[in-house]
Amino acid sequence: MDFRLTEEQEGIRRLVRDLVEREVKPLAAHTDETGEFPWGPLRTMAKLGLLGLNIPEEYGGAGADHVSAAIMIEEIGRGCGSTGLIVAAHLGLACGPLNRFGTEEQKRRFLVPLARGEGLGCLGLTEPGAGSDLAGGVRTFAEKRGDSWVINGSKMWLTNGAEAKTAILLCRTDKAGGSRSLSQIIVPTDTPGITFGKPERKMGLHGSHTYAVSLENVTVPLENLLGREGFGLHQTLETLDGGRIGIAALSVGLAQAAFEAAVAYAKERKTFGKAIAEHQAIQEKIANMATAIEAARWLVYRAAWARDQGLPYTRLAAQAKLFATEMAEKVCYDAIQIHGGYGYSREYPVERIYRDNRLMAIGEGTSEIQRIVIARAVLGER
Amino acid sequence: MNFVVCVKQTPDTAELPKISAAEAVSGDIKATLVLNPWDEFAVEEALLLQDRFGGDVTVMTVGPQRATEALKDAIARGVQKAVLLDDPAFAGSDAWGTAAILAAAIRKNGPVDVVLTGKMSVDGNSGLVAPGLARKLGATLLTQVVKIVDISGGRITVERQLEEGRETVTATLPAVVSVSKEINEPRYPSFMGIRKAAKAVIPTWKLSDLGLSPSEVGAAAAKAQWTDVRKPPARASQVVMIKEATVEATAAKLADLLMAEKVI
Repeated sequence: MDFRLTEEQEGIRRLVRDLVEREVKPLAAHTDETGEFPWGPLRTMAKLGLLGLNIPEEYGGAGADHVSAAIMIEEIGRGCGSTGLIVAAHLGLACGPLNRFGTEEQKRRFLVPLARGEGLGCLGLTEPGAGSDLAGGVRTFAEKRGDSWVINGSKMWLTNGAEAKTAILLCRTDKAGGSRSLSQIIVPTDTPGITFGKPERKMGLHGSHTYAVSLENVTVPLENLLGREGFGLHQTLETLDGGRIGIAALSVGLAQAAFEAAVAYAKERKTFGKAIAEHQAIQEKIANMATAIEAARWLVYRAAWARDQGLPYTRLAAQAKLFATEMAEKVCYDAIQIHGGYGYSREYPVERIYRDNRLMAIGEGTSEIQRIVIARAVLGER
Repeated sequence: MNFVVCVKQTPDTAELPKISAAEAVSGDIKATLVLNPWDEFAVEEALLLQDRFGGDVTVMTVGPQRATEALKDAIARGVQKAVLLDDPAFAGSDAWGTAAILAAAIRKNGPVDVVLTGKMSVDGNSGLVAPGLARKLGATLLTQVVKIVDISGGRITVERQLEEGRETVTATLPAVVSVSKEINEPRYPSFMGIRKAAKAVIPTWKLSDLGLSPSEVGAAAAKAQWTDVRKPPARASQVVMIKEATVEATAAKLADLLMAEKVI
C-alpha cells in the first residue's frame, strides 16, 4: 500500500493549481454574477492539453490516468464550480464514451478535436419525462431512414449544450421498448433541426450553461451510432460511472475551497476577545470538515485508481459520489456557519460554493440513485 | 548558442510569512517550496532565446536533493538539461560561495554564451549571486534586463530598466544577465513537460566533480555571516476614513493628509 501520488500526478496538481490561482479563481465571482461562460481559462487549459487529459495521445489527448483527471477536476473546483463542471462534463460525459465506445473513424473525427480542446462536448440523456428512469422514459426517437438516423424529440439539462461542438444523445431506436431499445448517437451541434433554448436559470453554477434542446428531423449518417445499437442504456450507465468520479472530485474541490475560506476567516475573526478559531465549537467544526474532506478525497482517488487498474468501479464511483457530494454539502454549510452573517453575503465566496455544490447530489445520478447502485452491488443483484 | 539558467528553490511567496527565523537559519523549511518566482522569468527567457537563436539550455541550482523539484519545474516548462549541485561542503555558502559553485559548474558544463538569473531570490533577497557569478566567470554583468534585443557577432544588446528610464546596452559575450519581471510572461508547464520531468534523471555534481577546494565554499569561506536572524515586527498601521461634504472636499483633505505624511 502506498498513498503517495506519482511525480506526474503531483506535477498535474501543481500545474492546475497554479493556473486556477492565476486565471480561474480571480474570475469565479464574476462568472457567478454575470453567468458569462469562462472561455478564457478554458482556452488556456486547451493549450496545455488539459481538456483531453485522460484521453490517449493517439486521439489528441495527453494520455494521463484517471487519478490525474480527478485531481485536475478537484483543483479546478477549488477555484470555480462552474469551470469545474464544464470540464468534468466535457471529459467525463463526452470524451469518455467516445473513447470507450467509438470506432477508430469516430475517434479521429469526433474525439480528436474535443481532446485537443478545439471544441467542447456534451451528453444528452434527460428528457422532460425521463431523468433517473431513462429506460422507461426516453421518448426521443431516432428512426433509420435510408443511410441516416432521423432524430425527433427533446432533451433537458445538457451541460455545455450550445457551447459544445459535439453532443452524444441517448435515443430510442426500437419503438417496442425494453432494455435494448436505446442507442447513443453522435450529433454535431450545428446539425440543422437542433434548437437550444436559453440557458436555464439555476441556483448556482451560473457559468456552466445548461440547456433544453429540441430536435426536429435532425439527420445524421448511420455511422454516427456510438457503440452498439440497442446498448445505449448500458453504455450510458458505464459513462455515468466514469462521470461520477468527476462530480465527486468536483465536490471535494468545492469543499476544500469552502474549508480554506472558513479556516482563514476563523483565524481572523475575533469574538469575546479572541479569534473564533480558539473557540471549541469552531474547532470541532474545523476538525470534522478536515476529516470529511480527507475521507472523501481518498474515496474519489480509490475509485479513479480502480478504473485505471481495469478493476470494477461502479460501486466505488457511486460511493465516492454519494459521500463526497453530501460531505461537501455539510462542509459548505459549516463554512457559512463559521462565517456567520458574512457567510450569507455575496462578499464572501462560501455562499457561492454552497450553491454550486448543491447540484452535485443531483446531476449524473441523484444520491438516491447512488444508494440503489451501491445497495444492489452489496446485495449481489448486479 | 549555449544558455545556462541558475535558479533557486525558495518558499512560495504566499508562504513566506509563515516561515520562522529558526527555519530560515537551518534551511529546514516546512513551507511549500517552488522555483523562485523571479527565476521563472529567467527560465522563460532562456527558452525564448533558444527559440530565437537555437542552441542548448541547461538549468542549475545549488541545493539539497529536494531542490531537484525546482529543476523539474524548469524541465516541465521545456528546458532539456538540468544539474543539481549538492555536497555537504556547500552548506552555509553565502552569495559569493554560491557564485563560486555555480561558476565551476558552468565551466564544467561547457562553453556558454549567456547565463541567466532572476533578479534575486524571494527568500534571501540579496541579488548578489549574479554579480558574483559574473566576477567568477570573467563575464559581462547585465542587471535589471527587461528586453534582450539581439545576440550576434559575439555581442549582446539588451534594454535595462533604470529608475530614470530604459537604457540600451551592447556588451561582449559571455554575459551574465539578471532579468526583471517585465521581460516576459512565464509559460505554464505543459502536460508533456510534466511527464518528461517526472521521468528525468537529474545528475548531482559534488565538490570533487567541480574541482573546487573545501576552502572556497561553505560556511568557512563565507564573507557574510548571519549573526542574528529575526522577523521584522509587524508594521503598525491605522485606517483613517475621510468623508467630507463633497467629493472635492474629500479629495482635498486626502491630498493634504498625503502631503503631511510626505507620500506625495
